[in-house]
Amino acid sequence: MINYGTNIVGGVTPGKGGETHLDRPVFDTVKDAVKHTGAEASIVFVPPPFAADAIMEAADAGIRFCVSVTDGVPAQDMIRVKRYMRRYKKDERMCLTGPNCAGTISPGKAMLGIMPGHIYSQGNIGIIGRSGTLGYEAASQMKALGIGVSTSVGIGGDPINGSSFLDHLQRFEEDDETDAVIMIGEIGGPQEAQAAAFVRDHMKKPVLGYIAGLTAPKGRRMGHAGAIVSSSGESAAEKVEILRDCGVRVIVRPSEFGSEIADVLAKL
Amino acid sequence: MDIHEYQAKALLAEFGMPIPMGELAYSPEQAAYRAKEIGGEKWVVKAQIHSGACGKAGGVKVCDSENEVYEAANEMLGKRLVTHQTGPQGKLVNRLYIEEGMPIAREIYLGFLLDRATERIMVVASAAGGMDIEEVAEKDPDSIIRIGIESAVGMQAFEAREIVFKLGIEPAQVSQAITAILACYRAFSELDATMVEVNPLIVTDDGRILALDAKMGFDDNALFRRQAIAELRDKSQEDPREMMAADRGLSYVGLDGNIGCIINGAGLAMATMDMIKHCGGEPANFLDIGGGASPERVAKAFNLVLSDDNVEAILVNIFAGINRCDWVAEGVVQAMKKPQSLYRALLVVLVPSMPTI
Repeated sequence: MINYGTNIVGGVTPGKGGETHLDRPVFDTVKDAVKHTGAEASIVFVPPPFAADAIMEAADAGIRFCVSVTDGVPAQDMIRVKRYMRRYKKDERMCLTGPNCAGTISPGKAMLGIMPGHIYSQGNIGIIGRSGTLGYEAASQMKALGIGVSTSVGIGGDPINGSSFLDHLQRFEEDDETDAVIMIGEIGGPQEAQAAAFVRDHMKKPVLGYIAGLTAPKGRRMGHAGAIVSSSGESAAEKVEILRDCGVRVIVRPSEFGSEIADVLAKL
Repeated sequence: MDIHEYQAKALLAEFGMPIPMGELAYSPEQAAYRAKEIGGEKWVVKAQIHSGACGKAGGVKVCDSENEVYEAANEMLGKRLVTHQTGPQGKLVNRLYIEEGMPIAREIYLGFLLDRATERIMVVASAAGGMDIEEVAEKDPDSIIRIGIESAVGMQAFEAREIVFKLGIEPAQVSQAITAILACYRAFSELDATMVEVNPLIVTDDGRILALDAKMGFDDNALFRRQAIAELRDKSQEDPREMMAADRGLSYVGLDGNIGCIINGAGLAMATMDMIKHCGGEPANFLDIGGGASPERVAKAFNLVLSDDNVEAILVNIFAGINRCDWVAEGVVQAMKKPQSLYRALLVVLVPSMPTI
């Protein structure tokens, strides 16, 4: 992240306050770190048993944007985190992405995550995805065609995410640097259907969609804790249909991210 | 993680849910002896496998004598029960639950789940107990009672009362029913469950409320703090390859095709399987090697995929983000040194992109 140009001003490890790491100061609490550095964003690598606690600490310290990379956070911990964050007014509330995500990158500006930065070039396409690797796939196909990314947001593969497709579609719709959005979904959960309705009712910018897991059997968890079809409307085929009904252009082959978005741009 | 009915009942009973008397048996002799211990004139022999709909598959038998209990147990033990949830290979019956027979006056459906849309624990109840709730939801959606629980304070007695009165429970049984509902909620939230289903919750002829059947599922991500739950795991109910994978830090799901998959990232793995299918092939498995995979882990992934006799080719698709492709390549070479690998065709696709088909 530092090599990519992200302005990392310090770290937090309880009990190691006063030390330095990578030439940056280490603090005991997030509040201390915010007070001394003015940090507005944080990335949480804390292991699953303590991740929820760390996320809530960030929210309480006034962090505005938080990425949680941690894979394996218990679902009921995330319920508590989401409930806790509702104590802040909407415009003062921290934006949390993840857990279990690759992070967020605005190419050429900064990245907060674990993605390979060189596969992204700067441009006007927004990406939102539950899967890290499929997001990389889209970005690298676009780069090969000379198309760039404004911001790519990983929302994570867990059943309960800090923020959803819908939250970030709203942001991209308002973002002057974004002209079109790619949303990369998968089986399980109601998020893609909620996002589809938002696209239909509120979005002027075109959205290109992809849903992974057409061959996934019902009731089996496909790697991501959230990738399991447990009720109707959650299978890939149903999600594709819902997206199409709401006017989202859906690709069937993940090898078509680049060519299809080029076509979308050509029609703007 | 799933557990057996008898385990779910024991857990719910700890939180105050009344359950019929019952004991576990591993042999027909033990089953008959258990019936004698329990007493009475009617018993139910229940096969313990990780699946619903056991009754329809012949996994539940009502018996009127100890001799019948012996015969039913003899019939079920060692058999593979096939239900619509187990797949055609079925699941092995090696434990039986012998339970006292209940005079049933009324059957109710009671379920608790993690609702991803509202990010809350949701209670689902229906007067149509004993039936598949998805079927009821389809036929008569208005008959289903749903209450989302505010996570800051947990389930309150008034919420349980609302359910009880909507179900039309007789006044004499109201407090019993509330106890049963709150017991399930507490078990759900205190044990990190993802699902609690009591179907049916029964009212007996003599006015008692009990859990006649119970199912619980747990959050794998929370097992680190639920040691007692983790110990309830019955490995005989799980796919041996999936367990082997989990022990090696790999995420694997066995399927029926002949093209083995070794991929990093759950999304890319699903997408690659979809592409195989799209092009007329059949994937043999889902396999995510995860991040920072060592050559040894990659080699283990190969061995795992090759342990499936149906596999005729392997597709490796790695997008290096948090994986080193030279380590992946080393792992491939390590696996290829074993003579068993040489029988199979091998196709390797590495960074940075998907095959363009």
